[in-house]
Amino acid sequence: MTAVIDREGSPGADLREQFPQAAMTEQTTVDAIPTFWVSRRDLIPVLQYLKRQHHFEMLFDLCGVDERLREHRDGIPESDFTVVYQLMSFRNRTDIRIKVALDESDCSVPTIISIWPNANWYEREAWDMYGIEFTGHPNLARILLPPTWEGHALRKDHPARATELPPFKMTEVRQDAEQEALRFRPEDWGMVRKNEHTEFMFLNLGPNHPSVHGVFRIVLQLDGEVIEDAVPEIGYHHRGAEKMGERQTWHTYIPYTDRIDYLAGVMNNLPYVMAVEAMAGIEVPDRAKVIRIMLAELFRISSHLVFYGTFAQDVGQMSPVFYMFADRERLFGIIEAITGGRMHPAWFRIGGVAQDLPEGWRKLVGDFVDAMPKRLDHYQKMAMQNSILKQRTVDIGIYTRQEALDWGITGPGLRATGMDFDLRRDRPYGGYDQFDFEVPVFQNGDCYDRAMVRIEEIRQSLSIIRQCLDNMPEGPCKSSHRLTTPPPKEQTMHDIETLIHHFLNVSWGPVIPPGECCVPIEATKGINSYYLTSDGGTQSYRTRIRTPSFPHLQQIPLISRGLLIADLIAILASIDFVMADVDR
Amino acid sequence: MSQSIWLTGIVIFGTLFGVIGGAAVLVWFERRLLGLWQDRPGPNRVGPFGAGLAIADVIKLFAKEDWVPPFSDRIVFIFAPTAVMIAMLLGFTVVPYAPGIHIADLNIALLFFLGMTSLAVYSVLLGGLASNNKYALLGGLRSAAQMVSYEVFMGLSLMGVVMMSGSFSLVDIVNAQENGWFIISQFLGFFVFVVAGIAESHRLPFDLPEAEHELVAGFHTEYSGMKFGMFMLGEYLGVILISAMITTIFLGGWLGPDFLPPIIWFGLKSFTLVCFFILLRAAIPRPRYDQLMALGWKVMLPLTLVNLMVTGAVILMMEA
Repeated sequence: MTAVIDREGSPGADLREQFPQAAMTEQTTVDAIPTFWVSRRDLIPVLQYLKRQHHFEMLFDLCGVDERLREHRDGIPESDFTVVYQLMSFRNRTDIRIKVALDESDCSVPTIISIWPNANWYEREAWDMYGIEFTGHPNLARILLPPTWEGHALRKDHPARATELPPFKMTEVRQDAEQEALRFRPEDWGMVRKNEHTEFMFLNLGPNHPSVHGVFRIVLQLDGEVIEDAVPEIGYHHRGAEKMGERQTWHTYIPYTDRIDYLAGVMNNLPYVMAVEAMAGIEVPDRAKVIRIMLAELFRISSHLVFYGTFAQDVGQMSPVFYMFADRERLFGIIEAITGGRMHPAWFRIGGVAQDLPEGWRKLVGDFVDAMPKRLDHYQKMAMQNSILKQRTVDIGIYTRQEALDWGITGPGLRATGMDFDLRRDRPYGGYDQFDFEVPVFQNGDCYDRAMVRIEEIRQSLSIIRQCLDNMPEGPCKSSHRLTTPPPKEQTMHDIETLIHHFLNVSWGPVIPPGECCVPIEATKGINSYYLTSDGGTQSYRTRIRTPSFPHLQQIPLISRGLLIADLIAILASIDFVMADVDR
Repeated sequence: MSQSIWLTGIVIFGTLFGVIGGAAVLVWFERRLLGLWQDRPGPNRVGPFGAGLAIADVIKLFAKEDWVPPFSDRIVFIFAPTAVMIAMLLGFTVVPYAPGIHIADLNIALLFFLGMTSLAVYSVLLGGLASNNKYALLGGLRSAAQMVSYEVFMGLSLMGVVMMSGSFSLVDIVNAQENGWFIISQFLGFFVFVVAGIAESHRLPFDLPEAEHELVAGFHTEYSGMKFGMFMLGEYLGVILISAMITTIFLGGWLGPDFLPPIIWFGLKSFTLVCFFILLRAAIPRPRYDQLMALGWKVMLPLTLVNLMVTGAVILMMEA
C-alpha cells in the first residue's frame, strides 16, 4: 500500500495544482460547497485523486441537470446536460461538487462504479431521467420508470402532466408489448438458472409482500432456502417528485416534500425550506428554529417507533408493534394539536413555521417526554432482550464501515458500524449547535445494532425535545422577509411598493434569486438533502432530492447472499426504508 | 366398554359440535384476548363483545368463492384441507372428558392420538405441494422437516407417563394420577410435550410453515373460502386437542376437588391451557427454520431421552 499523503487546505487549490492542464472552472454557489467544472477526460483522475488524497470516502449524490433552458449562466461553462457528482468526506467534514458539462449530441461520461460502487444506481437514474449514457456501466437500464417508457422524464422537453399528452389508449398490441416486458428471464437480471449441482428456484418477493414495507421487489435466486443471489428492483413508488418541483412555486412545493419520507412528516420540509432560505437570504427567527427542531425530533421518534414495531414484527413477534403504534398515536395527538395535521402536516414555511405553538403545548409535550423513557425500558425488555429476537438478528446482515461508506450508507446504518458521525452534532444546521445530546454508536454493523442505534436515538431525541421545552425562546415564529411573509395589510394601502410585493407574492409566489444550494440534514433514515437550482423564477429550475433509502436498498444483495429467506426479512426490517423515499 | 349406545351417541355429537363450535368461538376469543394484551379493543362490533364475529366469519367463509387454482393438482388440493379436519376430529375420540364420558376408551388410546396428529401433517404437506406455488412449496418443505423432527420426541416425551401408569389407555392414565399429577413427577416430559404440541399445531413461535412475514401465508397461500376455513379450523382444533391431551396426561384430567363436577374441571384446565397458547403467540418471536431444527434435535431430543432413562431407573429402583 502506498502511503496516503494527507493534503491540507482547500481541495480546490490542490486540484488546480495537481491537474494544471485541466480546464477547471470554479463556480460559486450559495451553499459554499466548492464546485468545479471539469472536462469529461479529467473526470476519473480527478475523482480518484479526491477520494485518495482528500478522503472523500462517499459518493454522496450523483445527478443530472438539463441546462438547455437555463438563463442565468454567468461564469459557468456552456452545457446542455450536466452530471453533478457530490462527494462527502467524513474525516474532514467537507463536501465537494464536481460537474461535467455535456453536449446534447454527445451525451456520455465514463462510469465511476470502480471508484464508488453505489454510483451504479445513481448512473442508471441519470440515464433513465436524462438519457445521459455512462460508458462502461454493466447494466445501464431504466431504474425508476417502466422499461417500456418513451423519452427521458426529467428533460425539460418531456411533458410534466398527462394533460400535455394525447389521450392514453391501451391497444392490444401495446398490451402484449407491456406484458412481454414483464416476463421474467433470470439472465436479464444477471442470474443463472442452474449450475452443475443444482437447478435454482427463483422467488419473486414483492412488489406486494408483507415484509417489503411498501412496493419493493426483490428477485431471489434460491438453493433450497439459501439465497444465492438477490436483485432488488425499485420504481414502483415513483411519483416524479423532482419533476413536480420544476412546476410548483417555491411555497406550494412544501407539501410534496412531506410525502417523500412519509414517516418523517415535517422533517422533510426542513432541508427544502432551509435551501430556499439560503438562496433568498432569509434569516429565520430563533423561536422558529427551536420549534422546527422540536417538531423534527418528534417526527424522528415517530418514525423510529414505526421502525421498532415493524422490526419486532418482521422477526415474528406479534405484540410490540401495537404498543409502538399506540405511542405513535399519542405523538400524533401532539402533532395534530400543534400543526393540525398528522402524518403530513406540511407545516414548515420558508422563513419559519406556519403558526405559533398553541396554548397548552408545554403540557402535551412535557407529558409525552416524561412518559416515554419508562415505556422504552419496557420495550427493551420485551423485544430487544428477547433471546429469540437476538438469535434472529445478531450477526445477521453485517457490513463493515468501509462497505457502508462505499455504498453510500448514512444515518443509523452507518453509526451501527462504529462510525461516530451525526450531521446534527458534527456539522450543525438549523440551530442544532445550541443543543446538547449524544450520538449513539454501535460496533457490529448487524441487524441488531442497526435497531439499537435507532432505539437509543429515540432517547436522545427525547432529551432534545426536553431542551426545546425548557428553552423555548420568545419572538416571532416566522421571518418578516418580503419573499416569505406578505407585508402587513395596513402598509399596502399606503405605499405602492408593498402593494406590488404583496400582489406578486400572493399571485405568483416569491421570485427567488438565481443560485444553487444544497442543504443536507440528518433525517430519520440517514442524510437527506435538497439540491435546489433557481433560475430567478417563481419555481425551482432543478430540484434534486437525495434520499437515504435509495443507496440503502442498493446494497441488500451484498449482505444477504448465503443467508436464508428469514434472514433477508430481518435485514429488510433493520434497514428501515420507505419506498417513497427511494423512488421519490 | 359398558357405556350404553345412547350415551356414546350423545358424547359423539356433543364432541363434534362442541369442538367445532369451540374452534369457531376460539377464533373470536383469541382476537379479544390478544387485543387485551396488546392495548387495543380487538373485535367488538358484531354482537355483544363482538362475539357475533365467530358466526360472521363462518358465514363469510361459506359465502366466498371456492376457487381451485387451474395450475394446482386438483384432487390433492381439495383433499389436503379435509385431512387435517378428519385427523383432528378423530383425535378427539379418545379424549376422556370425565369418568364414563368418552367416545372410546381404547387400550392404545395414546398411540392412536399420536397417530392422528401425525396424519395431520399430510394436510400441510400436500396442501403446500398441490398448490404449485413457490411460497406454498417452501411452507410445505418447512412443515415436513419441522413436524417430522418434532414428532419424534413428542411420542418419546409421553413414554415416561406410560411407564409410570403402566398403560396406554388415557382413562388409566388419568386414574393413575389420583395421588399426584404427572406434571410434577414428569415435568421434563410435560415441558417437551407442550413444546412439541405447539409445533404440531404450528402456531407461533412454531408457525414457520405459514410465517406470514416470510412466506406470505405459507402452505395455504392459494387457499380461499371454506378450504382455507378448514385449515384454520384444523389449527384451532389442534390447539383444543393438544390442550385436552396435556390436561389428560399431565394435569390429572377430570380430577379435582369435589365442589365442581369432573367435566368442569376438565374444561377449566383445558381452557387455561388454550389461553396459555394464545399468550405464547402474543409474546414470542419466531425463530429461524434452522434454529428450530437445532433446538429440536440438540436440546429437546436429548432432554426426552434423559427423562426416559431417569424415569426407568427410578421405577426399577422402587420395584427393587
